[in-house]
Order: sequence, then structure tokens, then C-alpha cells
Amino acid sequence: MTPFSRRHFLSALAAGSATLGCPALVRADGAAGRVVVVGGGFGGATAARYLKRLAPHLQVTLVEPAQRFHTCPFSNLYLAGLRSWDSIGHGYDGLRVAGVEVIHAMADDVDSARRTVRLSTGQSLAWDRLVLSPGVDMRWNALEGYDEAAATLAPHAWKAGPQTQLLRRQMEAMGDGGTFVMTIPDNPFRCPPGPYERAAMVAHYFSRHKPRAKILLLDAKDNFSKKALFLQGWKARYGDMIEWIGLSDDGQVTRVDAGQREVLTAFGQKHRADVLNVIPPQKAGVIAERAGIVDASGWVPVKAESFESRQVAGIYALGDATLAAPMPKSAFAANTQAKVAAAAIVAELTGKAAPVPAYANTCYSLIGPGYGISVAGVYQAEAGRIVEVPGSGGVSPLDGSPDFRAAEARYGDSWYAAMTADIWGQPG
Amino acid sequence: MPRSSFLLRQLSFLTRLALFLPGAAGATSLQPDDVALLAGTCFNCHGTNGRSTTAIPGLHGQPEARLRTRMQDFRAGSTAGTTVMTRLMKGYDEVQIDALARWFAQAGDRP
Repeated sequence: MTPFSRRHFLSALAAGSATLGCPALVRADGAAGRVVVVGGGFGGATAARYLKRLAPHLQVTLVEPAQRFHTCPFSNLYLAGLRSWDSIGHGYDGLRVAGVEVIHAMADDVDSARRTVRLSTGQSLAWDRLVLSPGVDMRWNALEGYDEAAATLAPHAWKAGPQTQLLRRQMEAMGDGGTFVMTIPDNPFRCPPGPYERAAMVAHYFSRHKPRAKILLLDAKDNFSKKALFLQGWKARYGDMIEWIGLSDDGQVTRVDAGQREVLTAFGQKHRADVLNVIPPQKAGVIAERAGIVDASGWVPVKAESFESRQVAGIYALGDATLAAPMPKSAFAANTQAKVAAAAIVAELTGKAAPVPAYANTCYSLIGPGYGISVAGVYQAEAGRIVEVPGSGGVSPLDGSPDFRAAEARYGDSWYAAMTADIWGQPG
Repeated sequence: MPRSSFLLRQLSFLTRLALFLPGAAGATSLQPDDVALLAGTCFNCHGTNGRSTTAIPGLHGQPEARLRTRMQDFRAGSTAGTTVMTRLMKGYDEVQIDALARWFAQAGDRP
């Protein structure tokens, strides 16, 4: 018995834990024990699935409130009318077949000393290792006037769900000639190219149904992901429909009046909207705070080699909640982080050295049907930091041909299908 | 712990250590678990274990030499009309490309 499992055995004994039913904590054929994963999105669902793949005898429990998880990737295509709501939702049967226990509940609190997590059902789960992949929560009132109530009038739609559907309904209800205003926060935030893809997708919908509509983007920064490609693509497909105002041109919004659908900029300019989409500043999902793994930045510092918390041993964090720069807060990044963390956890539970971590990112954005652009990067751990492999990565070329753009639109569709199947699909 | 496996682990530790020396841009040797984890970075687009069901080419069970050449060409930027692969393969060194080609060629043996 390794020192770890001995410790576990004693704490399990003390806690009267259900894992006592397990005949042996360490088996000759791989890791045993219990890992609880909180959050069934790209990071958490990948981690649960790959833990079972690497160590079939491990007890893996995934805690996720939603019966079906709707993805932020491609939720802009839903706004455009290019994707149905059902087509961006994924259930958990594939994970169950893969041997993951799925509990539909919220995780309310973590006791890192007793190694338990308390659920909204009142149930308490014991864990040997805990994986938190809680995504982001909004910093309500960080932008004056923008709180939870304001979001019911001026949706953020930055978590795919009712907010996304509300925004779509508002777009449908808007008259032709109306103005759609989007406010965009400073870095870091979930999905760096997301707001700009959304602008294109909203423009696609307007160009079909409300051709006199305008889209105004008020941005708290001067630069953004794939900027030159977006500016080029917006112009090519939608002419002057989209206007982007950066920080230097008074694009930073400091106050929101959701009732009046009005925003105020840093230099006192007032903008009135017919549809107001406020993407507020964000932070790690609140369960990460409860677990004590968040630092003063509001995000989770992690070890570059394993995505274990730097603050609490035995707790791992994944995805948008983490400080993983230069990796972006993206679905693909979370998926590769989860594979690294799963391998590190299994190695630790079996007393082996963790494998060399390997991280990557590929994100496609759609400008319109048949017009896709992408950003890619390859990352590694080096002296305790995550670094981009020199010379790798980058964005689509500005001089890409129409065929090139069409190919990236096609590959974007495939990328979505492959990634979601890798996570939520039936085991093949 | 048998002495031989202890020595092996020490050896493995030393090779890992070498990875983090300044100037060592990539892996000098990879353990099977390292390669499996590396291959996982390809699954999100090329399908789990390289079994593709989309417009993105599958890698599963493809001839090793073909996979190696293809990845080397992407890395060199000599493949016309390539979208994202040229940018991605520049992040993988020769040792990693060799190992990935072997892993996906032999992936037919895996479920």
C-alpha cells in the first residue's frame, strides 16, 4: 500500500466513507480509489471519461446540474439560425456507458481537509482526488448596473443556456433598422474570439431578416483575437453593418442601464440599443472559491505539469477557470488540459511518474456560411510555466483564398463534431 | 520494488530531467504513456484514437511511413493548401512525430 492509499484508508475509515465497500484500494491492474469531477463541460467531462479510460477500476463520479450540456462553441451559430438548439446539446449517456457515475446536482461546497464535496441534494461525496472544472461566473456589478436582474433584460449569453435563447428571441423581436449593441470586456475572459464571431453570426441573421440593422461593438481593449481576419471578414460579408469601437476611441463601457437598454462609456458617451448584449468581466466558477483554490485575481493558479491547484494539494482545476496563459480560455484547451490532469492523477494513484504533459489549442470561428477562420497553438510545461512551443501556432493567413476560407468552415464543423464525440459520444 | 524496475524508473527520471534543460527544445526519448498523452491532442479533430467520422482525415491504422512523411511535410510547410496543420505541426519535434506516426499506425490494435 502506498503512503497515499494508507492515508486514504484511514480517512475513509474516519469518515465512514462509502469507498470502504471497495475490496482493495490499490489493485494490481491499476489505480483504484475515488475521483470526483465537478462540472460536465469540456474540461470536466473529458477528465471523467479519460480517467476511466486510463484506469477502469477507478471510481469516477461526475457532478453536473444539467441533464443536457449546451456548448458555448457553436452557440453563436444557433444565434445566426445556422444550428438548432438541440444540435449543440449533449447528454451524459456516453459517459455512463464508459463507466462514469453521473450525478445531476450542483456542488455547493468543498471541504479540502476532510476531502468531501457537498451537493445541492444534501449528499456528501468523499474523494481521493477532486477535479473542478466550473467554467466562469460573472462578476456582477463589476460593470456598474449590471447584475443578475439586469441580465434578464440585457443578456450576456456567455453561458450557453436560457441566456442564449433569450438573446435570440430579442434579435427576432427587433425591428428592421434597429441597433444591436454588444459590450466586450478586457482580458482575460472566456473564449477570446467569441464576441467577434458573435458579431458576424448576428450580422448573418440580420442580413437575411433585417438588412437595415446595425451592430455596434463597444470594446474595453484595442486588440483582440484574429482582429485583422475578423475586420476583413465582416467587411467582405456584411459591408458596413458591424462597427467596432476600441478602447482608444472610447469603446470602454462603464455603466449599464438594462431597463433603458442604454450604456455609458468612460468618456461619457451614451449609446442606446434595441438589443443589448453585455458580456461582463468574469471570474472562476464560484465552487473554486469555496474550495480555496482561487487567488486574488479571481482565477485558479495551477501547476503547469498537471493542472493541480497551486494552493490545495489533491485538487485539480481545468479550463476557463484557470490561469493557464498563454493557453486561451477555450474548449479545445480545456480538453487537452483534462487529458493531462487525468494522466497525472492516475500516475499518482498508481505510484508512477506522470507522463510528459502535452497541450494544444485549435479554435475555428465562422464569419458566415463557407467562410471560416482559425487560430492554433501548441504548448508545453517548461520550468513550472506553460509556454507556447516556439515557432508553432498562429492564425489563418490574411490572403487566404475563398477555397481556403471554405475549407476552414468545413473543418470547423468537423472539429465540433469530433471534439464533442471525444467527450460525450458513445464509446466506439 | 524489484531492482531492475527501480533502475528503469531512475533512468526515466533522468531522461525527463533532460527535457527541461535549457536548449533542449523537445523530447529526446518518450515513454509509452508520454506518447499516448501526446496522441490525445490529435483526437479532438481526428477522432478518438484517430478514428475520424468527419471531413478531417482519420489517422487510425494508417501506414506509419505515410503518417510520418505527411507530418514532416506539414512541419516543413511544403504542403500546398494546408490550413491548420502547418501551424500545429511546427509545435512537434522529429522524435514526437516519429512516435505519433507509430502510435496511430498501431492504433488498429487498440479499441
